[in-house]
Amino acid sequence: MDWQFIYVIVCAKISSGRRIMQTDQEKIVESIQCKSEVKNLNFYYGAFNALKNIDMVLHDKKITALIGPSGCGKSTFLRCFNRMHDLYPGNRYEGKIILHPDDVNILAANVDPIEVRMRISMVFQKPNPFPKSIYENVAYGLRVRGIKQRALLDERVEVALRNSALWDEVKDRLHDLAFNLSGGQQQRLCIARALATDPEILLFDEPTSALDPIATASIEELITDLKSKVTILIVTHNMQQAARVSDYTAYMYLGELIEFNVTDTIFIKPKNKQTEDYITGRFG
Amino acid sequence: MSVVLRMKSINNLEEIRRIIGQHKRWDLIFMIAGILALMVAVLTFMALFAHMLIDGMPRLSWDFFTSFPSRRPEAAGILSAWVGTTLVMLVTAISAVPLGIGSGVYLEEYAPKNLLTEIIEINVTNLAGVPSIIYGLLALGLFVYKLSFGQSILSAGLALALLILPVVIVATREAIRSIPVAIREGAYALGATKWQTVFDHLLPYSSAGILTGIIIGLARAIGETAPIITIGALTFIAFLPPSPVSNEFPYLSFEWLTAPFTVMPIQMFNWVSRPEEAFQLNAAAAGLVLVVMTLAMNGLAIYLRYRMRKNIKW
Repeated sequence: MDWQFIYVIVCAKISSGRRIMQTDQEKIVESIQCKSEVKNLNFYYGAFNALKNIDMVLHDKKITALIGPSGCGKSTFLRCFNRMHDLYPGNRYEGKIILHPDDVNILAANVDPIEVRMRISMVFQKPNPFPKSIYENVAYGLRVRGIKQRALLDERVEVALRNSALWDEVKDRLHDLAFNLSGGQQQRLCIARALATDPEILLFDEPTSALDPIATASIEELITDLKSKVTILIVTHNMQQAARVSDYTAYMYLGELIEFNVTDTIFIKPKNKQTEDYITGRFG
Repeated sequence: MSVVLRMKSINNLEEIRRIIGQHKRWDLIFMIAGILALMVAVLTFMALFAHMLIDGMPRLSWDFFTSFPSRRPEAAGILSAWVGTTLVMLVTAISAVPLGIGSGVYLEEYAPKNLLTEIIEINVTNLAGVPSIIYGLLALGLFVYKLSFGQSILSAGLALALLILPVVIVATREAIRSIPVAIREGAYALGATKWQTVFDHLLPYSSAGILTGIIIGLARAIGETAPIITIGALTFIAFLPPSPVSNEFPYLSFEWLTAPFTVMPIQMFNWVSRPEEAFQLNAAAAGLVLVVMTLAMNGLAIYLRYRMRKNIKW
């Protein structure tokens, strides 16, 4: 234990005081529902084995964080969940990601990646709104599904914008161009876009790395609030962020899952020496 | 631990200033050379244009546009030429635009990345550099004789369409490729299919670039003479093709497609090759009209690019 280590924990506790109570509850509730199971997942970029024998679970309506040094495969892992790798030639999955409750292996060759992407939404590293209006951005996922009724679209767009804490800021200019929003607002718009289709899992790929500290705080608060509605998997570079928002944390290194546990355990009492070194800043 | 090696200081201020001055002299020399090089191109064009303006301007009148060519230079006009050019360009645009955009989108988004695709890509790029007379010969063999379209507007339009097809394909690909990966992935991540991504995002966001490519291609085609001569455009024509609009059902007629025709550059060529001075002036006037048409098309391309890109920032 050294001072950096304690600093991380203290920061985490101060920024979310209510966590302490939640943690106690979590310890009692051992049997938490499982949303998705990763079984012996291997992923290859051509011949390069980028993910090695990963086993993990995503708990329902919980936030799971993926941490680890650059190039450890956290984003690669995240992008397996919505089959993003299928967009590029030469990529190959092995193993399973089982999605509950219907127990379908979303990596199976006979499962359409488009179907997977309709069930599992993603928010990217840099805000990537389409050069369309705010309304059309949020409605796009619905339009892809062939929803055309104006009333239904209006309702869904409003709910998604409310859930992403953006409604009050944009309700009077829904038909303005999305590029006119600030960076933080654009990222919340992208979250609204991902939420509008009612996804089962929401993936975040370092959602705050392109944002300033104030926008980051609002996105983090939003992610914490969203937990009641959707299962969340988030990749982050920022360990304090992982400590602040997540319930479970996975530490990855060189394509392997080194340690996966309740966030507090990972940060206070990691079992693995490598995890401890990374978290305390002795490495990485 | 670390050892700092002591060296003789090279930070003599006067020395530094002298060296900077020396280096900056090269900036100046290059700048002058650059301006001179630019002037060669610009001044040549200006001089030619001014000469044409002085010669041709007095001949420009309403009658010049509404008269057929004639034996008497002062009565001759460019009616059949500009109507011919317009109709040929119409055929060119209608055939080259869908083919070019379709091929460009396929190559960029759908085609598997393999040897065959690569060979096709290299071919398309090289086609842009094939001399236009070769396209004329191809059109003569294929459209005029094999497909029996005759020496018609249709044959000429298709020949020029072949000529500008590579330009449209390359412009489409470049425009689509300039869309950030994040936008594309954003669409796919919402469950869009390829076609939805192309139709809802890639095409609308790249329309400015594609349109510019089309107009630049057409501006090139409008001045082409060699392929049109090869397929046998007439140099003297005193009638118009049948009207595309008719009084009887179905109100549209396609007879004009098979009509004989002439175009602006050929009309010019015809006049220039005559001995009488007055016809040379006619040629200058026709040239002026052609240059203005081309500049107008390029201006339109720049304007559209500016208008359509205004809302897109990346």
